Amino acid sequence: MKKIRTPQGLEALQNSLLQRRDSNKSCVRVCIGTGCRARGSVVVAEAFRNEIKKQNLEIPIDTKQTGCHGFCESGPVIVIGPREIFYQRVKLRDVPEIVSKTLLNGEIIDRLLYVDPTTGQKVLYEHEVPFYEKQRRQILANNGRIDPTDILDYIAVGGYQALAKAITTMSCDEIIGTVEKSGLRGLGGAGFPTGRKWRVCHKVPGDVKFVIGNGDEGDPGAFSDRSLMEANPHSILEGMIIGAYAIGANQGYLYVRAEYPLALKHLQIAIDQAREYGFLGSKIFSSGFDFDIKIIQGGGAFVCGESSALVASIEGKVGEPRAKYIHTVERGLWNEPTNLNNVKTWASVPLIINNGADWYAKIGTEKSKGTAIFSLVGKVNNTGLVEVPMGTQLKEIIYDIGGGILEGKKFKAVQTGGPSGGCIPEELLDLSVDFERLTEAGSMMGSGGMIVMDEDTCMVDVARYFLDFLQYESCGKCVPCREGIKRMLEIVTNIAAGRGKKEDMDLLQELAETIKDFSLCGLGKTAPNTVLSTLRYFREEYETHVRDKKCPAGICKDLIEYFILEDKCTGCGACLKLCPQQAIDAYGLTHTIDPAKCIKCGICRDACSFEAIMVK
Amino acid sequence: MVILTMNGVRVQAEEGSTLLEVARFYGIDIPTLCYHDELTPYGACRLCMVEVDDGRRTRLVASCLYLVREGIKVKTHTERVMKGRKLILELLIARCPNSKTLQDLASKMGLDKVRFKMENKDCILCGLCLRMCAEQMGSGAIGFVGRGQKREVVTPFREASEICRNCGACMYICPVVETQCRGIKSPGELCNSCLIITPQCSEKYGQVMCTLDSCGACVEKEKKIV
Ligand SMILES: Cc1cc2nc3c(=O)[nH]c(=O)nc-3n(C[C@H](O)[C@H](O)[C@H](O)COP(=O)(O)O)c2cc1C
Ligand code: FES
Repeated sequence: MKKIRTPQGLEALQNSLLQRRDSNKSCVRVCIGTGCRARGSVVVAEAFRNEIKKQNLEIPIDTKQTGCHGFCESGPVIVIGPREIFYQRVKLRDVPEIVSKTLLNGEIIDRLLYVDPTTGQKVLYEHEVPFYEKQRRQILANNGRIDPTDILDYIAVGGYQALAKAITTMSCDEIIGTVEKSGLRGLGGAGFPTGRKWRVCHKVPGDVKFVIGNGDEGDPGAFSDRSLMEANPHSILEGMIIGAYAIGANQGYLYVRAEYPLALKHLQIAIDQAREYGFLGSKIFSSGFDFDIKIIQGGGAFVCGESSALVASIEGKVGEPRAKYIHTVERGLWNEPTNLNNVKTWASVPLIINNGADWYAKIGTEKSKGTAIFSLVGKVNNTGLVEVPMGTQLKEIIYDIGGGILEGKKFKAVQTGGPSGGCIPEELLDLSVDFERLTEAGSMMGSGGMIVMDEDTCMVDVARYFLDFLQYESCGKCVPCREGIKRMLEIVTNIAAGRGKKEDMDLLQELAETIKDFSLCGLGKTAPNTVLSTLRYFREEYETHVRDKKCPAGICKDLIEYFILEDKCTGCGACLKLCPQQAIDAYGLTHTIDPAKCIKCGICRDACSFEAIMVK
Repeated sequence: MVILTMNGVRVQAEEGSTLLEVARFYGIDIPTLCYHDELTPYGACRLCMVEVDDGRRTRLVASCLYLVREGIKVKTHTERVMKGRKLILELLIARCPNSKTLQDLASKMGLDKVRFKMENKDCILCGLCLRMCAEQMGSGAIGFVGRGQKREVVTPFREASEICRNCGACMYICPVVETQCRGIKSPGELCNSCLIITPQCSEKYGQVMCTLDSCGACVEKEKKIV
């Protein structure tokens, strides 16, 4: 009988686990998150297990497979306890050496250490890597520490104690009050006060209520929800159970896109284990409270992350938003009161219950509390998951954590909030990152995507790219979104192709404002952000495209020309061999490009070792 | 009964009624394309948007869906609303230039230029036909498929539907299945004939006396809508 019925029982289990787990024992933790997995970490983990067996070690060594650390670009990453030595880019052939040298003799293998690109120094421990050093990891704290497929690991780090505390010592009112007081705001994008949402849902009369965890994460650049679901699924479940108890719901749903197979697998394992231990099911912690969670797989449409479309999708209907003049908390899933939160929001709840509302409210700014998680990608040295207190400056994230722009290039803009966020220019780099400031700057918190762009980026091209995504993902129900985004794309494509007219920019502005005002759901309401923000901060770039028919960044194909610098070309022929168009001629010593044949694919430029191929 | 202000006038409305119903009851003309009083409102054409001030903020809502609330202030024809409605209509005409309904609405609202490349589609995706089929005819033989630009109304798997009784209700309710406007312009353009020609009747009698169903544009144009 594994079921845990009392807080004392839970504590006893945790103590016995901690006792059994010698903290001085060596332990290899291999990340098998999606990023590291793609670089072969599963094989590496397996090899560790075999190698340890083969070398017939006297001291016992644990191997553990953990979820994503959020530093995927250095994968596969491993951490060796108890000293917490951090190795990155570990290959299969490194495994025997790590076992015999580091595990047995405590020797450090130099070449596997992380090198700080700014100082050139080697870093021994994970927490000293600058990427992690400046972060404040709360929600992601246990990613990479625990085995997501083992509930005991979660219990050992204090898991489910918030649930025990909430159910056995707090009233529903107290729980909601604590969440309200903490200032927690929805991390799914809109930043709606979570406590207030719970309060309304709690108050609405109804015997049947639902809670939903939104793990759809439709933003193509973001992976924080995925990472959390893969690496620490129990934290989400615990938050949902507490929320359901406070609100009075007996059934929960986790909506996760089918493109996240590992997250789905880990969540299902977590749910099964939670049932086994009695954290899900009937009479949780011997109270009168019954609750269960079911996973629903989404088909992967961006719009299905929107609350009303998500509800429709769970009901088996077409995932299409509806007007929310009657809120989901009053009439949601199957017309019953429904409380929907993002998975990161749910995972914040146990932290708040454990540490208290004041603890949480101290972190962040006046109006935005707690931490924000960003998926830092693009032209920065360190890409990965970043969790920082609300109010951290953009430049701290990009330069201190991200390690600055790749190849020492110049920063141009950063896009926050996913495809419908805005682009923020260099002048605003000291902007503090919170819900209010980002919105004022014409962007948003959104799903926590953060794409850094360097001087080689054309903002017209960026706007075109995101509009193309949005017109494809628009559900097509309402006219401004369906027809309007299409027309914005048409205009921007014309501008990028040198067919722009002067009046196009005004029409673009007018369209953007109307789409924002008149669209039915958040997709349409935010879709014009990229256009509006690039028009606001990078207007002269549009003007150059329209007036001079030139693309200053050298990106828009119709406006550029490739040519070869005579004095730099050595006539080596590397470009010539690769050109798919046979557009390069080799008369004389140097090469020339025939503009009539050139399709501007850029293969020649990449192939040239002498920087002889330029764009004008 | 709920009391609210509509265009500056205090009006009474039954609880549970929509702003559109109230506005029409008091004779305020709000254009709609996806609305029919016997079908569930859908809120897709966005022509019926109005400005609502609920004391905290002013925002645009779809009047066909928004239920009356005590004390709200509604404005149905503000500059912001009119500008948006016109642009939405412009987008629709660019999609389906050969619809008389749209062309008449354009004349009525004073839309005199389409700045987008004209397409030649028929369906405006208002969804009236499938609601009619499901709600009034009790069938459900047609539905939407596809997303965004690929959205269209079809029978399941594009095969002849077994439950379709060929009743024709979908065609009856469709706002754009009609004979083309026979204005003076060639098909595929914004017509606006009604704006260009002053009907004799209006010159003579000071009012329009169409024998056909009139859009009323010729007089509407002179009137400045507040
Ligand atoms: C187009 C669109 C896509 C969205 N996608 C997501 C998503 O992938 N994940 C998510 O949590 N919220 C998404 N949202 C926000 C949800 O509608 C909703 O506000 C949120 O899940 C509520 O949870 P929270 O209060 O915890 O933030 C999306 C909204 C829109 C308009
Ligand atoms: S009538 Fe209200 S949106 Fe179409």
